[in-house]
Amino acid sequence: MEIKVLGGGCSKCQLLEKHVRMALEELGLKEEVILIKDYKDIAAHGVMLTPAVIVNGEKGVMGRVATVKEITALLSRHIEKQADN
Amino acid sequence: MLSDFFAFLNDNLLKMVWLQDLVNKLLLDVFKIDQTTYFYSSLSFFLFDIIKIFILLSVLIYISSYIQARFTPERTRQILSRFKGVTGNIFGALLGTITPFCSCSSIPIFIGFTQAGLPVGVTFSFLISSPLVDLASVIMLATFFGWNVALIYVFVGLIIAVIGGTLIDKFHMEKYVEGFVVAPNNSKLDDIAIEEHIPSRKERHIFATQQLKDIIKRVWIYILIGVAIGATIHGYIPQDFIEKVLGDRNPFSVLLATLVGVPMYADIFGTLPIAEALISKGVGIGTVLAFMMAVTALSLPSIILLRRVVKPKLLGMFIAIVVVGIIITGYLFNIFGYLL
Repeated sequence: MEIKVLGGGCSKCQLLEKHVRMALEELGLKEEVILIKDYKDIAAHGVMLTPAVIVNGEKGVMGRVATVKEITALLSRHIEKQADN
Repeated sequence: MLSDFFAFLNDNLLKMVWLQDLVNKLLLDVFKIDQTTYFYSSLSFFLFDIIKIFILLSVLIYISSYIQARFTPERTRQILSRFKGVTGNIFGALLGTITPFCSCSSIPIFIGFTQAGLPVGVTFSFLISSPLVDLASVIMLATFFGWNVALIYVFVGLIIAVIGGTLIDKFHMEKYVEGFVVAPNNSKLDDIAIEEHIPSRKERHIFATQQLKDIIKRVWIYILIGVAIGATIHGYIPQDFIEKVLGDRNPFSVLLATLVGVPMYADIFGTLPIAEALISKGVGIGTVLAFMMAVTALSLPSIILLRRVVKPKLLGMFIAIVVVGIIITGYLFNIFGYLL
């Protein structure tokens, strides 16, 4: 699974990263979290509101810090999808 | 009858007359502070303003964020792409007032808009009006100075945003946007897939609560400082001194207020108590509005951020337009303010 956290490094982005790691831990996953801080790269992902989280190319919550629960749900959905294939 | 009803709502919900009475009663009856002292008027101002601002702020931010959660930049961009010329600037300015974003998102939004082929001037209209005029601060303004001042503030803010953006287009400033922002393949908006995600009630609630916590955490210190300064002005600084420096008879008052306000980084919420105290000391409404607009529209951090995507010439023009716009507004209000 490819997990990206996008944001210019403000406090909200750091909080989102923390939430993502907490969600991963809850699910017992050891996936890597890719941080995207450069504005050029953020724009290249088509994201205009930071912080944002993207899983396997699917945009999750944008423009606010997603809750751990929301991220867990997002990640679980992608795990199921992968299992189906 | 009906107007009595609205006056009652206005006095109690917005102006919170009951709270002022309560604070004064507490100071007089419980703490036995002499009503004629400077200490009394400062303390009364401080307590009343602090409580009033925090109550209003919490309610207003929650409600306006809940409404704003529906307006995503993607939607704004799509709407804006339909309009040409000044109409685009007008809609840019209008949408700036309801599209929520924190200052750290202004750069991705700038890039996103520009790469979609929107004129740079339209994006600037959006970026100027966005911090200047927003739902919560306008209602706050109304509670302090009445609806006339608040509505004119909105109108003037939008005018500055529209004229500013239009000028930037007219002078073909798009060549001063940093190279990496402009899309290499000249992509147009049609090429960009729009994924509409309409947030559910629950998501909007989460967004609004987060905004509320976030903004309070960010601005409480400015509000405290602002109210403290306001209380000091209110109680201790002699009226004739303030009139001399910032009064209508000093031709440089608006200029001074604007230049002091520009580098300051605070919310309109922090400046309101200062403004309130200044007005009660006889400073012109124009001078006070100029100060508030300067504080909210421009700040050093936002200018530094913007420098990443635009070259110095465009940045300079943006600052100049906003500053001149605010100064003109200030003088006009001082001249015609008595009509309000």
